[in-house]
Amino acid sequence: MAFYMIGERINGMFKDIGEAVAKFDPKPIQDWAVKQTQAGAAYLDLNVGPTAADRAKSMKWMAEIISEVSDVPIAFDATNYDAIEGGLQAVNKPGALINSCPNERAKIERVFPMAVKYGAGIVALTMDKSGIPLSADARVAHAMELVAAADEFGVPTDSLFIDPLILPCNVAQAHAPEVLEAIRQIRTLCDPAPHTTLGLSNVSQNTIDRSLVNRTYVVMAICAGLDSAIIDVNDETMVESIATAEMLLNKSIYCDSYVKVFRQR
Amino acid sequence: MPVEIYKDKFTGTVREVILGATKEQGGTRAYTVKLGGSSTLPFLFYEGEMPNRPVIALEVWDIKPDWSSAFEPYYGDVWNDPVAWAKKAEKYGADVIYLRLRGADTELENSKSPADCAKVVKDVLAATGVPLMVEGPGQPEKDNDVLQAVAEAAAGENIALGVAEKDNYRGIAAAAMMGKHCIIGRSPVDINILKQLNIMITEMGVPIDKVINDPLTGGLGYGIEYSYSIMERARWGALIGDKLMALPVVCLAGPEAWRAKEPNAANEDAGPGWGDQKDRGIMWEAMTAAALLQAGGDLVLMRHPEAVKMVKKQIDVLMVPNKY
Repeated sequence: MAFYMIGERINGMFKDIGEAVAKFDPKPIQDWAVKQTQAGAAYLDLNVGPTAADRAKSMKWMAEIISEVSDVPIAFDATNYDAIEGGLQAVNKPGALINSCPNERAKIERVFPMAVKYGAGIVALTMDKSGIPLSADARVAHAMELVAAADEFGVPTDSLFIDPLILPCNVAQAHAPEVLEAIRQIRTLCDPAPHTTLGLSNVSQNTIDRSLVNRTYVVMAICAGLDSAIIDVNDETMVESIATAEMLLNKSIYCDSYVKVFRQR
Repeated sequence: MPVEIYKDKFTGTVREVILGATKEQGGTRAYTVKLGGSSTLPFLFYEGEMPNRPVIALEVWDIKPDWSSAFEPYYGDVWNDPVAWAKKAEKYGADVIYLRLRGADTELENSKSPADCAKVVKDVLAATGVPLMVEGPGQPEKDNDVLQAVAEAAAGENIALGVAEKDNYRGIAAAAMMGKHCIIGRSPVDINILKQLNIMITEMGVPIDKVINDPLTGGLGYGIEYSYSIMERARWGALIGDKLMALPVVCLAGPEAWRAKEPNAANEDAGPGWGDQKDRGIMWEAMTAAALLQAGGDLVLMRHPEAVKMVKKQIDVLMVPNKY
């Protein structure tokens, strides 16, 4: 019933993190780990970004320094699965996330057994080599195959975070309603249902008021059944909107401090 | 073809709160009671666990109460002696004694001092072996002084102090923390306020496994249905993972039942078909307690020894596992 916020900020694409990664300077990374933890993140996304000379080495180092200052599990965000495995070994405790795996057999065979071995969850993408489909039905078809793969490899569906992939609304506006419908259907695929998640900030790329677009879409998606998102957890207005949406869906009993309680994990 | 019973799946569990402390635990109680611990709606053993049997507390006052003459044969000789009264309550089957320090009411002519109250608590503890709950007079300033003294006098006994409310909880929470006691938080049939109160109490530093909730119930015929739905809503919240609602619940069955006209009315004032007052009053209290147990009460506060017998029997039957 909880909503899992995945803090997006430790990503080498951001200038301060990129510089920290290049120089092996732990401070900016640890500062963001603490800030996002205090804001209520359920996971801390870790994306090395483009500045590292050796991405696997940097991923392991970042995982170690984050674990020094926060108990919140890490979402290892990379396409290099050996680097992710190095990170999983470095933190050496169950509950992390592997971000991500598309619906491609070779990658599933690499990622799903690794998730079982380390007790990690998986962000599974509703796409394959041919790209991201437009229709909700095609997204759900991918999700069904991913759920079947989870069953095959012994990944509990409760550890599966299916991401139906939202695209920027100013280039692919037609995707937004299809993703909402996909979320609705994915929640009914099995019992217990898989989680659904979104790389939310993507929806607002190059829009005039990103925060407004983000928080409006996240509330719409929560209404459709979304229970996780990779977001800017320090966008207070957005977190307040998420907490309010959860409350209005009757997932927790109202009290005056409900926003504060939402942030306390 | 076998019939498949539909079962709800829950993720949450009501927190267990322990009342009392034995010698090994630093107190002098003969035993402790565990409240809460359920992972299902009341008595639905096929959907989860209900590890702890509901508990019955008997009410003891530190002054003579204004109760019906129906209680005269049971307590008439001990009205002015809370220690003797508590011993009687223990004999009548109280799992817990719930001491109401009404004599400390500042409106009374000879209002008892905090030291007087502390002595009563000490004497009751010395004379009995059951866990104790203590309620102040319900006046914020006096509550603070009285319960502070009580908390000190009962150090190590892990009693419950009450009643903390939205506008009167700081002093009681401080007293509970100081003496490492439990605290009873009450809201007027309003779970939103109750949850907020739980947040405020725990933010002061009281461990959450020391907090008991009193949702303030109605008596039979006087809003018990509303109490039932409030309690059900709170329990449902607890079972789907709302940790701040997942606390054991106490219900004032006896005081609420006996506030009504029906259990008290003498035979000559009774309506048609009401029957004899003696049985009517007992039944009124027993029915109130039974309904509140079904609503999710973990501890019912009662008054009449005959009603206690009936409710204990009822609990025996309800606690027989009904797994499918």
